[in-house]
Amino acid sequence: MERPARAPIAHALVIGAGIAGMQAALDIANSGYPVTLVEKLPSIGGRMAQLSETFPTLDCAQCILTPRTVEVGRHPNIHLITYAEVEDIQGEPGHFRARIRRRAAGVRWDICTGCGACIEKCPTRVPSDFDMGLGRRKAIYTLSPQAVPNKPVIDKEHCRYFTQGKCRVCEKVCPTGAIAYDQEDELLEIEAGAIILATGYELYDVTRLGEYGAGQVPDVISGLAFERLLSASGPTAGKIRRPSDGREPKEVVFVQCAGSRDPEKAMPYCSTICCMYTAKHAMLYRHRVPDGQAYVFYIDIRTAGRRYEEFLQRAVEEDRVLYLRGKVSRIFRDGEKVVVWGADTLSGQQVEIAADMVVLATAIVPRPETRRLAEMLGIEVDAHGFLREANPNLAPVSTCRPGVFIAGTAVGPRDIPETVAQASAAAAKVLSLFARWQLEPEVEYAGQS
Amino acid sequence: MRYFYFPGCTLETKAVGFNRSAKEAAGALGVELVTLPEWNCCGATFPLSTDNVLDLAGPARNLVSTAEAGGDTLAVACATCFNVLRRTNHFLRKHPDTLEKLNAFLERPQPYAGQVEVRHLLDIFVHDVGLEAIRRRAVPGLGGLRVAAYYGCMLLRPADEIALDDPERPGIMDALLAALGAEVVDYPHRGECCGAYLTVKSPEASMPMSYRILSAAGRAGAQVLATACPLCQFNLDWLQARLRQQYASYQPLPVMYFTQLMGLAFGLDPAGYGFEQHYVDPRPALAQAGVLGGIRSP
Repeated sequence: MERPARAPIAHALVIGAGIAGMQAALDIANSGYPVTLVEKLPSIGGRMAQLSETFPTLDCAQCILTPRTVEVGRHPNIHLITYAEVEDIQGEPGHFRARIRRRAAGVRWDICTGCGACIEKCPTRVPSDFDMGLGRRKAIYTLSPQAVPNKPVIDKEHCRYFTQGKCRVCEKVCPTGAIAYDQEDELLEIEAGAIILATGYELYDVTRLGEYGAGQVPDVISGLAFERLLSASGPTAGKIRRPSDGREPKEVVFVQCAGSRDPEKAMPYCSTICCMYTAKHAMLYRHRVPDGQAYVFYIDIRTAGRRYEEFLQRAVEEDRVLYLRGKVSRIFRDGEKVVVWGADTLSGQQVEIAADMVVLATAIVPRPETRRLAEMLGIEVDAHGFLREANPNLAPVSTCRPGVFIAGTAVGPRDIPETVAQASAAAAKVLSLFARWQLEPEVEYAGQS
Repeated sequence: MRYFYFPGCTLETKAVGFNRSAKEAAGALGVELVTLPEWNCCGATFPLSTDNVLDLAGPARNLVSTAEAGGDTLAVACATCFNVLRRTNHFLRKHPDTLEKLNAFLERPQPYAGQVEVRHLLDIFVHDVGLEAIRRRAVPGLGGLRVAAYYGCMLLRPADEIALDDPERPGIMDALLAALGAEVVDYPHRGECCGAYLTVKSPEASMPMSYRILSAAGRAGAQVLATACPLCQFNLDWLQARLRQQYASYQPLPVMYFTQLMGLAFGLDPAGYGFEQHYVDPRPALAQAGVLGGIRSP
């Protein structure tokens, strides 16, 4: 068999810069190897950057995340490419070549100082995806004040200059002349010996839940949207205000398994994190609104994790969250109320609650681009589109292709501690390859033998 | 467009206005409904004891007759007949052994192979005729009459067998009524049960169910409620006299067949639509909305 002309490249490509991708990149970079970290959004941090507090410790998510994002942003061994997507991957383990399209930000990041003057003066406001539609952002924006990199991008679909041909306010106020409307997408080619996929998750499309209002009832929101309401950096600065009229909701119903564990209609699997974050939501709601009532509808409660059951008991006993065992059959708007019909299967009764707001624990689903990347790399996904492990018991971060590893919620629903542990495991797999290549530079790639 | 048409027992007796308006409205859209020769009762409920093959023989015979007459589609107006016939057909397609037994029992020259499609008139109007053609034909139209579309159970469930619309958020009748020039009101109970046969045995159980639907539609501003089911029509219509006794502020709401509204929208003569048989006479509400205005009195 012919030997590769060059030694394998001890350089890692990590796709996705959520907590999984960041952890993996840091572990590899701190071991002295170079990493290219690619993120689709303008800044890093992923879903965790949207969270208010983390269970079971109620740590402020931003506070524990920001040191990590900053470390990633300034690490000499990490080449961070945000606002970019991997378009193509060729080659073999040890010698992958990836083509990366970096979207035109409309801003020269090399001279932008991140002062924020452009954002402040931009006259256009649009619903913010980062705030799950509850808040608004400008047409030139960063995801959050703590964004890494703290450089803005122009949303060309809404920017007044791009849609109407006039405005150019950001260009006028920029002190360094960094606005570049005619900037074009940039194509980058990088070489890497190993790849880690950490592309994260999306939420089940609520418009497919007709029985829960199909996204048409403004005061029925997702758990991730509720995180934004709870977050001090969110659209309400951490005050609980319902979307329809900005009033403080006095009765809030939390619905678990919205689209999960429903093989007939939606996803058959358990989304794993909802029992815990719903307990956290109900608890934090009661802290913010002490005269409010929180109800939780559940099928059964899964608190399999260290100090998780104690956390749940605290929500029930100390914070007086009312747990009702049963499914919700219907949610609809009636005047100013959101009416919830459900069953309490412990008392055998039908329950009707005229609530002020409803929070749906919508199922975790894989991103469509995860499947695309898997096809590109020749690795497998399961029936739903989650990445498939080489062996779910004994090789949980490996894939059927040597040199390609996986971590985080792109593999399936999981919480932050498990995601971080898995990311470190994937990094260790990459590092063991790199170490072997260093010890035995003559060796053919492990996967070929 | 030509389809074999299954009227069903109720449309030949209690709901003659539904039958007549359905045929006339179809005719106005160029849809010819040919009554299935020698049709028989659908059975009125889909048999849940699926091991009893004989229960399926009644509805199945109509499917066989359609196939023998050279038809590939059986059009149905009554929501309940539609439900029973469609589910029977679905069951037979999924269970070849049962189909074989039935064919042996029926002793018809050609064994039935599940080839007939059972379709509701809503489906045919919206998908075969099309909303644009309906909109063009809707002269004088419904002039913004505020209508609540009510689907009930039989048009929607079970979802995978009926497959007419999303049972949790149906919209096909809303779309049709809007094309007729109605202002369709939004209310949450389009697909809730009216109480069905409970009216016979326990009206105290069915009345709150019907009241919930009617009052929500009324609060949403409806002047008329539209249905495709004679049993829903009866329940929702008949109970209103009692609702008026029980709830002082209750405002009656006429309950009409969607085909009656089609006839009016197309400017057809509503004589024979049986308005006088409704417990809550729809004519005052229709006249008030100007919908009866352009029509010659019978």
